[in-house]
Amino acid sequence: MPYTIETLGEDALLLRLGDAIDAGVNARVHALSQRIERVRPSWLRDLVPAYASLALFVDADAFDCTLDPLAEAGHWLQRQAFAGDDAGIVGRSVEIPVRYGGEHGPDLTALATHAGLGEDDVIARHCAVEYRVAMLGFSPGFPYLLGLDPLLAMPRLDTPRTRVPAGSVGIGGAQTGLYPQAGPGGWRIIGRTTLALFDPLRDPPALLAPGDRVRFIAA
Amino acid sequence: MSVHVLAPGLSSSIQDGGRHGFRHLGVASAGAMDAYSHAIANLLVGNPVHAPALEITMAGPRLRFDGAMRIALCGADIAARCDGRDLPGWRTIDLPAGSELTLGHCRRGARTCLAVAGGFAMSPLLGSSSTDLRGGFGGLAGRALAAGDMLAIANDPIAADAIRIAPWWIDPAPDLDFASPAIIRLLPGHDVTSPPDAVFAREWRVAAASNRQGLRLEGDAMQPADTHERISEPVAPGTVQLPPDGRPIVLLADAQTHGGYPRIGHAIVADRPRLAQLRPGDTLRFVPCTARQARRLHCEQQQRLARIALAIGARLHGGSRSP
Repeated sequence: MPYTIETLGEDALLLRLGDAIDAGVNARVHALSQRIERVRPSWLRDLVPAYASLALFVDADAFDCTLDPLAEAGHWLQRQAFAGDDAGIVGRSVEIPVRYGGEHGPDLTALATHAGLGEDDVIARHCAVEYRVAMLGFSPGFPYLLGLDPLLAMPRLDTPRTRVPAGSVGIGGAQTGLYPQAGPGGWRIIGRTTLALFDPLRDPPALLAPGDRVRFIAA
Repeated sequence: MSVHVLAPGLSSSIQDGGRHGFRHLGVASAGAMDAYSHAIANLLVGNPVHAPALEITMAGPRLRFDGAMRIALCGADIAARCDGRDLPGWRTIDLPAGSELTLGHCRRGARTCLAVAGGFAMSPLLGSSSTDLRGGFGGLAGRALAAGDMLAIANDPIAADAIRIAPWWIDPAPDLDFASPAIIRLLPGHDVTSPPDAVFAREWRVAAASNRQGLRLEGDAMQPADTHERISEPVAPGTVQLPPDGRPIVLLADAQTHGGYPRIGHAIVADRPRLAQLRPGDTLRFVPCTARQARRLHCEQQQRLARIALAIGARLHGGSRSP
């Protein structure tokens, strides 16, 4: 499996397996992340997967000042066997009930017009696909989902809303995702779920994990 | 023992050493923006360096302490008054029960850390008492202070019937010098600008839209040498992003976990306290740095902090209990 390792500042390494959004590459990122998690060294602070890369955040103070923490971490990383069979993590299947349109999805009408479809057709297409959680990021518990029907792709709002309610289901370009917290957001909002995507008091705090398969159910 | 919030200030939040181990869930590290001042304030009141303390931004709160309390104010130089007396920064101060502490504007710098002996008693969430302002959790109800809040303190009252100000203080130079322009050292990033040294060639001004998530800079726009669209990759506090408007953003303690903008550098850890103290309108200049230099500068800073800790420990515990 080809990869590159670069530094991300002075206390993180970035391992890159690709530079495009690809389900196969993403699955390898998560398999590698799980493999590293199983042998997690004490100096590893955070292990952060993305679409096609994986960051290792190092506690630099765990190393003596005569040592270069990232060089040590890099040597350790290269000693890990990057076998080609790192593929196919098995995610859970999660159904997310969504109320589409109206006050819950103020951009549904605009999206339907943009796609040249009826609103019901947009909802049906959004619910027809089994999505894959590619990563969590941007804000706590925010899932980036792979699998959006290309017909539903639509550019972000020119001016982001100052407040999108928690649970909002959005489309930003060719991606779809959910806003776990209320806050500013530029994606087109087509619906809303009442499920809590992130709760710091829950274990695990995030509803979804990378590799999970997600289906939206029109409620 | 508790602290009553009579007025909240502009944005005051509980912060500690930060939240680690949850970036894979999209959770920011948060924590004290100026970790150096945070550590010294805690040391001055006898706390561990990462104990939860109050981070005050630009304009401070008005607080009433119901018991006698040992405090310290470090970081930005703030107008602080109690019972008609001006209180200096970087010192151990004992306040009698019922004291009302009025913190005004930061005269130099942007953030002051108020530490209290024993630390603020918070229930840690995901391993930290820091407030995650964007995520809306941690610290006090996941938000900045509001009038009427009450903060519990994990300490028995001290014996103090009058204000006592230690005759000695800590000098934070060279780690914090409030110089203008601020000099911020950068490690190379994944992306280069066109021309390659554009980020070093000019002075940058801190924009008003800056916050704990990032310092937005104003100046002549730059472009990345390679303009192809990037997919989101992990970013870190310190990462310097170059969005399409060509004006860099230095990510700080509340940095999002992932970003898709070109990354043109990383501000070194030893210079983060200086970044945390920049206010809108302040200027800064970036200078290039190598990984080896960054490591040395960080270790030297930690060694200065260790010496300061020893000196404070000897003062606080060496003789009388009073400062």
